[in-house]
Amino acid sequence: MSPTPTRRRVEILAEASIEALIRLCGISAILFVFGIFFFVFREGSQFLFHGFNFREFFFSQEWYPTSQSHVRYGVLALIAGTASVTVLAMALAVPFGIGAAVFISEFCGTRARESLKVTIELLAAIPSVVWGFIGLTVMNRLIIQLFHTPIGLNVLNGGLILALMSVPIIVSIGEDALKAVPDSYREAALALGVTRWQLIYRVLLPAAKNGLLAAVLLGVGRAVGETMAVLMATGHAVTIPTSLMDSVRTLTATIAAELGEAPVHSNHYQVLFIIGILLFSITFVVNLAADLIVRGVRRQ
Amino acid sequence: MTFQATPFTRSKHRSELAARAVFLLMTLLMVVPLLLIVAYLFYQAWPILSLDFLFTNPRNGMRAGGIWSPLLGTIYLVVISLVIATPIGVLAAVFLNEYARENWFTRVINLAVVNLAGVPSIVHALFGLGAFVLFAGLGKSILAASLTLAIMTLPVIIASTKEALSAVPMPFREACWNVGATRWQTIRHVVLPNSIGGILTGVILQVSRAAGETAPIMFTGAVFYKAIREGDPFAYGLRDQCMALSMHLFTISTQVPDVPKALPYGTAVVLLGSVLAVNALAIFVRFRLRSRRKW
Repeated sequence: MSPTPTRRRVEILAEASIEALIRLCGISAILFVFGIFFFVFREGSQFLFHGFNFREFFFSQEWYPTSQSHVRYGVLALIAGTASVTVLAMALAVPFGIGAAVFISEFCGTRARESLKVTIELLAAIPSVVWGFIGLTVMNRLIIQLFHTPIGLNVLNGGLILALMSVPIIVSIGEDALKAVPDSYREAALALGVTRWQLIYRVLLPAAKNGLLAAVLLGVGRAVGETMAVLMATGHAVTIPTSLMDSVRTLTATIAAELGEAPVHSNHYQVLFIIGILLFSITFVVNLAADLIVRGVRRQ
Repeated sequence: MTFQATPFTRSKHRSELAARAVFLLMTLLMVVPLLLIVAYLFYQAWPILSLDFLFTNPRNGMRAGGIWSPLLGTIYLVVISLVIATPIGVLAAVFLNEYARENWFTRVINLAVVNLAGVPSIVHALFGLGAFVLFAGLGKSILAASLTLAIMTLPVIIASTKEALSAVPMPFREACWNVGATRWQTIRHVVLPNSIGGILTGVILQVSRAAGETAPIMFTGAVFYKAIREGDPFAYGLRDQCMALSMHLFTISTQVPDVPKALPYGTAVVLLGSVLAVNALAIFVRFRLRSRRKW
């Protein structure tokens, strides 16, 4: 017995429409990325094309958005703030993250590996506002006591918090990269009588170089884009830092701190959206680079 | 004849041990302080944690009382963003894994997913403000904030669903096609039921991500203070603004002077505790599935 023709037509129609829906959802990610760029650009575009001074924006460290007579929108100090905490965070997170990745992939048994990976996964889940709170309370007090500074909200604090936040991503991607190194490399090296040190430095790290680089780039992307933790942990000083004990303000924190007070569609408001475009572009390039590197690794 | 340890093998053995110790130390230096910090937060919050704390509104300019209003706000934001993001994310993953061919277009989609995951949360906030609050005219509301959160957490669902779908062996699909089933029938009756656990894991992770985010909701729907009827789970409406746990923690620890010390610790622990519990659930589900898998 075959189904009646009408029923079949309904079924074919239903199948076609569900496929169309699936295709639409499939391209949704592209739509959203363009949508994000479009709407952030749209809010800032009026000022961007009328009266926006590129030179002042990138090369002046004077950020006086609410001044009556001397309005300046220079983000050099904010860029320096973002760069300083990111560089410090990476200086701490890269060696420890890769060290931990090596330990997990080369020295652990199955059991220890699973439990360490679970722990690190849980650490990655800690919300950024809780990290900020840790910076504000625990780290702040530790830094004041250890370094005898009046305020513990500074580059060091922000860098430490960001390092702890980006370590999980470096560990998990780095471990994947090390796992991808064929066992025959290890066996060949061990057969030649190398020590573990030589195996790691001369064989594993060079072989997994690209994957590790991608892991570091993703860590950088995370650190540059992080908002709440640095907003709470770095203090609020729009200056170019000269030491680890200086307070700074990052690009992200500036948007978070000032958007609420800037009148909608004022120049100040639009400049904050232009900073958003800048951040979007930076993370876009960093993620693109990481993705290309990872893909290159896979093709090998 | 027994094996004699020569000075050379002894020194090699020592270097092995040293390598092991150094890398173990590096791992522990990362993990242990963090566990200590989390333990410290729980220790500080312990005196204030009670059912009363969960079910009363903040009082006295947020210097006393509990966290009912922000807690319910967070639940609303998470549930609504979940309802929006899950179907889109699952279907997007179905497209990528079941329909898309290996070509440049698929590469572009995958690249977009990776980039969507990498967009800073504050840029999502700007997008939500520009697109949902102003352009779509939703105003600052739970709906606008949930939409922003949904887009932000979409890559989490896409990635884990894709992984779950690709774990279903190809012969399952081929068997189904061979008895005359269409693509969608195969997906609906064979692929999705066999990967439901993995999809569930992604959904759970989305919940934990959405619950912790602060920046995206700050300008799209969350407010500093709003009192609601205590004990009424339907106290918020879709177009209302709401409080949220993450934003509340930010507010009472930086914006309000003279808050009793235990209050922000209590809020932090409730937020952290629920996020970690939800994540632990995801890990548990994953392990259960792995041990039960039949193929």
